Amino acid sequence: MTLTFLNLVIVSGILVGLIEGAITGIKERYLGDIFISSLLNKTYIEQTPMIVGFAKSLPEVKAITTRYLKAGTIEANYKEEIATKKPTDLDKSVGTQMVGIDPNDENSVTKISNLVIEGKFLEENDYDKVVLGALLLKKYLDFESAAFPTLSNVEVGSKVRINVNGNTREVIVKGIIKSKVDEIDRRVFFVDKQLRGLINRFDYNANEIVLRLQPNADPLVVKKFLLDNGSGQFARVQTQEDAEPKFIKDMKQTFAILGNAISSIGLVVAVITIFIVIFINAITRRKFIGILKGIGIKSSAIEIAYIIQSLFYAVLGTVIGTAIILLILVPYFARYPINFPFSDGILVVTTSGIITRIVVLLIATLIAGYIPARIVVKQNTLDAILGR
Amino acid sequence: MIRVKDLVKIYKSGDSELVVLNGLNLEVKNGEFLSIIGRSGSGKSTLLYQLGLLDHPNSGHIDIDEVDTDKLAKDERTRFRLNNLGYVFQDYALVPELTAFENVAIPLLMQGKEKSEIKKVATEVLDRIGLGGKLDNLPSQLSGGEQQRVSIARAISHNPKVLFADEPTANLDNETSDSVMKVFLALHKQGQTIIMVTHEPEYAAMTERTVLLDGGIIKSDKKN
Repeated sequence: MTLTFLNLVIVSGILVGLIEGAITGIKERYLGDIFISSLLNKTYIEQTPMIVGFAKSLPEVKAITTRYLKAGTIEANYKEEIATKKPTDLDKSVGTQMVGIDPNDENSVTKISNLVIEGKFLEENDYDKVVLGALLLKKYLDFESAAFPTLSNVEVGSKVRINVNGNTREVIVKGIIKSKVDEIDRRVFFVDKQLRGLINRFDYNANEIVLRLQPNADPLVVKKFLLDNGSGQFARVQTQEDAEPKFIKDMKQTFAILGNAISSIGLVVAVITIFIVIFINAITRRKFIGILKGIGIKSSAIEIAYIIQSLFYAVLGTVIGTAIILLILVPYFARYPINFPFSDGILVVTTSGIITRIVVLLIATLIAGYIPARIVVKQNTLDAILGR
Repeated sequence: MIRVKDLVKIYKSGDSELVVLNGLNLEVKNGEFLSIIGRSGSGKSTLLYQLGLLDHPNSGHIDIDEVDTDKLAKDERTRFRLNNLGYVFQDYALVPELTAFENVAIPLLMQGKEKSEIKKVATEVLDRIGLGGKLDNLPSQLSGGEQQRVSIARAISHNPKVLFADEPTANLDNETSDSVMKVFLALHKQGQTIIMVTHEPEYAAMTERTVLLDGGIIKSDKKN
């Protein structure tokens, strides 16, 4: 029964946790608590300094980072290829987003430096140095796709050629980061001062502003403050939930349904098991059930005794199962997430989810205990006593 | 007083019918110790089950203390058995997981008696039949005779109007059978109505009255 309960909770919990891990990753490493981006008809956020200044004045805001974005291309091994390139060969540059950040600000919001898997992260005075997202490199994206072109033979210290806003620069790869968030892992990171120069953005107007809030702050309240302040005229102000990609929300629901469907198979198995246990128990005690009925004990009392027995199994199973989940599994997976390719999967267990599953299991057990008891108890008393 | 009138019990098996009780009439007075004897298949156990309301006759009437048992609904019949009748079976029929005390307590518990009263009554009854020192023994820890005495204690713990015993000595050796019969005789002396089926004439002779069944009717009915 404990295993059945664990199955009921954990299968859906891990499937939802897989997506929850992705959502957490997006929140922690990309969107923050409030994500401010350019209006759909604008190339950047006008009045960025005003918005940032106002956001900084809010006590709910813990940290802010601004990101300057510009599409560009990156090329590797270009010197070697000049000699061998044929007229029919395609250009081997990879299109990507160049992102300028203040390393300290970005780190205070997304802890991006913790995501470095090779080399080092950017420092404030770095120049002609970049950090690459791992999905730009072939060695970290082990499939070939026209939609996701990658660079080969690029290591920390390699020189790569950047082309952005009509400017071409040769820069050194200082580090490689892997966040399991595609938006991050397919970007090239510069120190903002250099990128703003390359893209002629001298007005400090950024493309993304990300706010990290104090632990108990309500993102909706902060969003309202920003909109009331007029930020909405210049930028899209979204909470992390607003900005979350819709497919993630759909996947979360899909996986929850899938988890429940798989768990329900476990529930059916548990019902059958309880049925068999109670039925065998009742059949082997048929004679004693007959005797008890003969003495004058009501059939319903005997049925209730069997229901209590099966409920005892269920209650014991759910109590042990809940203890295992809350005291062992949830803390364990929080500390050691499952390393899925696109997220760090955690075990998502909610109080309402546990209560629902306990109720479902108890009802199923009640039915599974009652039916076999009823079958045996309703047999003729004398036949049961005499073993006929 | 038990009054049986024109009792018929027929067992059907496919197309064939076996008439076990064929219009049987019988009266048992309160406080009487009646034994029913007869050869195998004569219907003595069948008669006991009808009298004990464990089975339904095909026709005829059984009145127990002016209660027409035919008219009792299923639940009323169950309640009537619990409050008025006691049973002793040939194979003791004790619940193996329960102690002697707990087995005796079952009917009292189901009657809704107070815990303290159950303890008092069950202990007293077991003491009365000489098992006061074995309250906590499981049936498997008791001899056959002791188990049968626990069975008797269970049957009388709730002061039934009638005690039914179906060959209570059949599984016991002579010495133990004698001790069990002594318990029945002592209960009879205290005014307990007892109806006992036996195939042993010497035990039948110890009862107050013996009826001989043959062919589904009472062939003889004599005072001992």
